[in-house]
Amino acid sequence: MAVAASITVEEVSAQARMARPSRFGDQAFEWLTFAMAFSVVVLIILTGWQLWHGSTLAIKKFGFHFVTTSTWDPVGEDFGALPFIYGTLVSSFLGLLIAVPLGIATAAYLTELAPLWIRQPLVSLIEMLAAIPSVILGLWGIFVMIPWLRDYPVPVLKRLLGWTPFFSGPMYGPCMLAGGVIIAIMILPIITSVSREILRSVPDLQREAAYALGATRWEATRIAVLSYAKKGLFAAVILGLARALGETMAVTMVIGNTPQIVLSLFQPGYTLASVLANEFTEATTDIYLQALFAIGLVLFGITILVNLLAQLLLRTITTQSATRAVQ
Amino acid sequence: MRQFVGMMKLQLPKILGLVVALGLSASASAQMMINGAGATFPYPIYSKWFDEYAKVDPSVRFNYQSIGSGGGQKQIMAQTVDFGASDGPMSDDNLAKAPGKLLHIPTVAGAVVMSVNLPGKPALTFDGETIADIYLGKIKKWNDPKIAALNAGAKLPDNDIVVVHRSDGSGTTYIFTDYLSKVSPEWKQKVGNNTSVKWPTGIGAKGNEGVSGQVKQVPGAIGYVELIYALQNKMAFADLKNAAGQVVKPSLESVTAALSTAEIPDDFRFSMTNAPGKDAYPVCGATWLLVYEQQKDPAKGKKLVEFLKWAVSKGQGMAKDLDYAPLPDSVQQRVLKRIDEIKT
Repeated sequence: MAVAASITVEEVSAQARMARPSRFGDQAFEWLTFAMAFSVVVLIILTGWQLWHGSTLAIKKFGFHFVTTSTWDPVGEDFGALPFIYGTLVSSFLGLLIAVPLGIATAAYLTELAPLWIRQPLVSLIEMLAAIPSVILGLWGIFVMIPWLRDYPVPVLKRLLGWTPFFSGPMYGPCMLAGGVIIAIMILPIITSVSREILRSVPDLQREAAYALGATRWEATRIAVLSYAKKGLFAAVILGLARALGETMAVTMVIGNTPQIVLSLFQPGYTLASVLANEFTEATTDIYLQALFAIGLVLFGITILVNLLAQLLLRTITTQSATRAVQ
Repeated sequence: MRQFVGMMKLQLPKILGLVVALGLSASASAQMMINGAGATFPYPIYSKWFDEYAKVDPSVRFNYQSIGSGGGQKQIMAQTVDFGASDGPMSDDNLAKAPGKLLHIPTVAGAVVMSVNLPGKPALTFDGETIADIYLGKIKKWNDPKIAALNAGAKLPDNDIVVVHRSDGSGTTYIFTDYLSKVSPEWKQKVGNNTSVKWPTGIGAKGNEGVSGQVKQVPGAIGYVELIYALQNKMAFADLKNAAGQVVKPSLESVTAALSTAEIPDDFRFSMTNAPGKDAYPVCGATWLLVYEQQKDPAKGKKLVEFLKWAVSKGQGMAKDLDYAPLPDSVQQRVLKRIDEIKT
């Protein structure tokens, strides 16, 4: 005790200062990575600001009515974004409807049920689907998929569901259904690969526990794996949706590019990204260009909104499962 | 730190060599570069002209970006390029916004043809009002009496007409809607004339390729494409009845005939659709180069003027090979006189 008291506080701190190694490297690393992360945020804010700045004329002229009106008249200079918002949401939703069950089922098959020798080749094939350029898929859509749709699924759909407003009327070629199918093909790889990673990260303990309780293969997969990975699978779906909202080239080639709001999936439609890609280069008047910028702003806004909603939904799922675990 | 400096010393000869090489190459390419941007329709002929002109005058190189007529007009107004190109003449509003007087120099002309997908590939004839009614959605079936009246003897099925139009803004649409506005007062009032319009009916496809693809795929479809595109892809297209009441086949000759009989004002901002001549094909339009009357850079301006003179005289001979219609002699003379007015 006497020995300890003989060392003063100043001496301790002096010794500590001499012995402390240089923290410059660590500090620099921290600042550098912070700058990188911050620059991403800055980029997003700059994008939003640029879109806003480029559409001030249109916003002043149309105001909030821009997102509630349905005309798109470059000659009369009357613009409204509603048909495009409808087209984007419907085609993305249709794409999700087709791709999510397919993707998650494929992921479940790849992680749980497939024999080992088939897993890697199948995974490679699915990732190759992601590598196909959008334009090529669009070309394939015009020349292969749409004629096939017209000859096989559409007559069946008309016979079974022709009485519903969604499948009424003739199908000439490009239509909302074709847009939805092409979006499904484009988002399938990302949903499958992310879901596969999520399902792989489910601990084996969960599966073993299910089998120990006498579950069948399907029950174990459903209860132990899929249910456990709900949050991650939801994140995979959101990633797919984000891709679907922005998909441009493939969609614009098969959706028919007609700004209208009709329930029938056999009628052509138009999406926000498609109208931007189609009309941007030839927009000759200021108000036309600014209206297109406003469309870009709307798409930007919808993407952010969807992501926010997804985060909120994610939180409710987590709290629900947390309360269930406590009980 | 010491190791770093040592490594740099070793690499010094290599670095010096690279710097010298770069410096030499920079001084070697002291060619004059003239930049232009604009319409996609004349891009093939402009590319050919730039190639050939490099042999005539190797001291100048041209660089052209086909970003669309709208982009071309905007860039020349912002003076980021030396010349612009547009498939439609600039409006009075835009001309007033330009910082100097802009001249329209017509270069070549092209036609817009109607392509049809019917069983048996019948050779059809239309007139302006019929096409306007089809595109307005008033004529819905192929065996409509109006179409049958123009095509006695052709087998017209009782199928729906599927109208195909352009979804992207384009000079082709400009020419087509300009023609429809002239032959149909209802079209003029309801829809109007622009590179992109509010189509009353039909599906939109991107580019000439898109329209021809849709027409090929959909039975009973009708669409409009550029003549060059139709010729090079061996598509079947229809004849049209012109303003003089004659049925004319779309061809380079009938386009040049339209140019020679069209009314061309002094500032060359003309529309040649529905031209009055007997052999004129009614749906055609020219494409223009946009240059300032007062050139900012005297050296570049001189080279640009020389190129323009060459393009409007010697370059016209190359237009036919690429399926563009050359300017008739009378128009060439007037354009050359206008080029003389460019002050460098």
